Amino acid sequence: MTRKIRVLVAKPGLDGHDRGAKVVARALRDAGMEVIYTGLHQTPEQIVQAAIQEDVDVVGISILSGAHMTVFPKVKKLLEERGAGDIIVMGGGIIPDDDKKELIKKGYAAELFTPGTPLEEIIEWVQKNVKPKEY
Amino acid sequence: MSDLKKAYEEWYKKYQERCPDCDEDFVTISGEPIKSLYTPLDMEGLDYLEKLGFPGEYPFTRGIHYNMYRGKVWTFRQFSGFATAKETNERYKLLLAKGQTGLSVAFDMPTIMGYDSDHPRAEGEVGRCGVAIDSLADMEELFDGIPLDKVSTSMTINGPAAVLWAMYIACAEKQGVPSEKLSGTIQNDILKEYIAQKSWIFPPEPSMRIITDIFAFGAKYVPRWNTVSISGYHIREAGATAVQELAFTLADGFAYVEAGIKAGLDVDEFAPRLSFFFNSHMDFFEEIAKFRAARRIWARRMKEKYGAKNPRSWLLRFHTQTAGCSLTAQQPENNIVRTAFEALAAVLGGTQSLHTNSMDEVLALPTEKAVTIALRTQQIIAHETGVINTIDPLGGSYFVEALTDKMEEEAEKYFQKIEELGGVIEAINKGFFQQEIADASYRYQQAVERKKRIIVGVNEYVEEEEKIDIPILKIDPEVEERQKRKVKSLRATRDNEKVEIALRELKEAARGTENLMPYILNAVRVYATEGEIIQSLKEVFGEYKEKPVF
Repeated sequence: MTRKIRVLVAKPGLDGHDRGAKVVARALRDAGMEVIYTGLHQTPEQIVQAAIQEDVDVVGISILSGAHMTVFPKVKKLLEERGAGDIIVMGGGIIPDDDKKELIKKGYAAELFTPGTPLEEIIEWVQKNVKPKEY
Repeated sequence: MSDLKKAYEEWYKKYQERCPDCDEDFVTISGEPIKSLYTPLDMEGLDYLEKLGFPGEYPFTRGIHYNMYRGKVWTFRQFSGFATAKETNERYKLLLAKGQTGLSVAFDMPTIMGYDSDHPRAEGEVGRCGVAIDSLADMEELFDGIPLDKVSTSMTINGPAAVLWAMYIACAEKQGVPSEKLSGTIQNDILKEYIAQKSWIFPPEPSMRIITDIFAFGAKYVPRWNTVSISGYHIREAGATAVQELAFTLADGFAYVEAGIKAGLDVDEFAPRLSFFFNSHMDFFEEIAKFRAARRIWARRMKEKYGAKNPRSWLLRFHTQTAGCSLTAQQPENNIVRTAFEALAAVLGGTQSLHTNSMDEVLALPTEKAVTIALRTQQIIAHETGVINTIDPLGGSYFVEALTDKMEEEAEKYFQKIEELGGVIEAINKGFFQQEIADASYRYQQAVERKKRIIVGVNEYVEEEEKIDIPILKIDPEVEERQKRKVKSLRATRDNEKVEIALRELKEAARGTENLMPYILNAVRVYATEGEIIQSLKEVFGEYKEKPVF
């Protein structure tokens, strides 16, 4: 028997624009997933710590401050270092196209959703690409 | 009137026969139902002097000045800041040369949160969302060649507002400009940070003390300065409706007034320097009604509840920014059009100062070209459209007056609710505002998903395989390194003994009840960094922690 998909929605850095993070968190919850929201101002270390502690399948990082090129690689690297490289990293926010391509190409993020993405698209992507861990 | 009522009913019957479904789904962005037609019936019993009055006269529904834009058009104030003080200084000079009439500083996140550029928490964020300012040295560079007695400057800074304001005052001193001559605004609105924007530092109580210290200091030494800009903008951006923006912002305003009175200040001593900052979103008439209602509600409360005697205390003066959250990453050129309509609503609503967003802001900080178009949009409204020719041209419109009344009514319901919860700070602690806003933004998003609300280029008129080819401003990662080196070298070259003494005295003062501004100014003058000053205060006041809700 498989359990529900567990998602950690995370807001890294100093930025407080949490509207998108909250809307996505709520939509994923309404779609039947278990959602944990870290709250604001998290360091990559805190995000990874929470992801491991909560045994999530996917981490969704919302970032609008322009620090995405620093944060995504750092989270990915820390997850791998702690033996949690199987946790999928996705995200969204204000991320220019070129940066988005680079982050995905280098494997720092599995997928990135930029402003205007329908919630349905995010939900479908998670359902398709994230396999909940077996009990 | 009974003839009119009868005639209206007859008309309405015909209207309904022709289109039985026409009464569904017409609502404002806030979800307020809108009637198909407004008539004098919607203004029955209107007492003109009581509800509207004349421009420049109580209750100021039609504007706060006698002559409004005939006397002076609003201040063109583009919000900008990026990378380091040097780059931003160049952008300011460019904007002033293009006809901008006031400056508005965007700080980067570390500055907003009270961290120096070389703090570990600042990593990756230096100079990204605004300009990095660590010390007076940066402030001097930011305003190099810009005479501070000639421009007015708005600074979007909240948690550490006292520190950045002190830097500005000290920077002016260096230019030989006394503080009495300075004009501008510090946002300094901490309540909306807990409610929506989330850039807080200290818990509410010490934050409110710092703010009342600023009120008192400003009244005495910087009399032309707006010591707070009570901001609905961020509340709206976080997903609030227009009504929530109106109600929560004014409730915050009342809380500052009450805090000032409680701190022993005379209301007329500080109230004339309170200013406001609103969002202008896409729902044209709702926005105009919101601005008009805001003026009326504020005037009434200030006069009747808080007993302000000086008419200047009754005035709600406000800056407006077009809605960043209404812009789309898709077909970004359309954002020019959106911004123009929003700016027009702000002008028809009687704003004193305006920032128009650039088309590319949903993708990155604005390029020079994009910000120029945004500024030109204001200039076109001011000089080409003719909307400034008469004051409050929509006053008396059946629809606009009815909507203005409705906004006021709905806001009053919120004031009552907030009072029942024990006031603004208690309501924050209970997560009331945060939950209301989260609910509203989710409702809005669902309306978009279900196409109950059409967003051009996003859920309708979408261009498949769209390629976005507008230029994007990139911040060189070298900026962070340069800024880090700069603050490190400052610490190595200044008189550190003086810094230590100033910080020690500041901490002492923070433990007591003295006004903190003179101590912060002393620390700033000897080049203590922002991070050091904030850290000293954190050691006394502690830090705020939020319980997140979604």
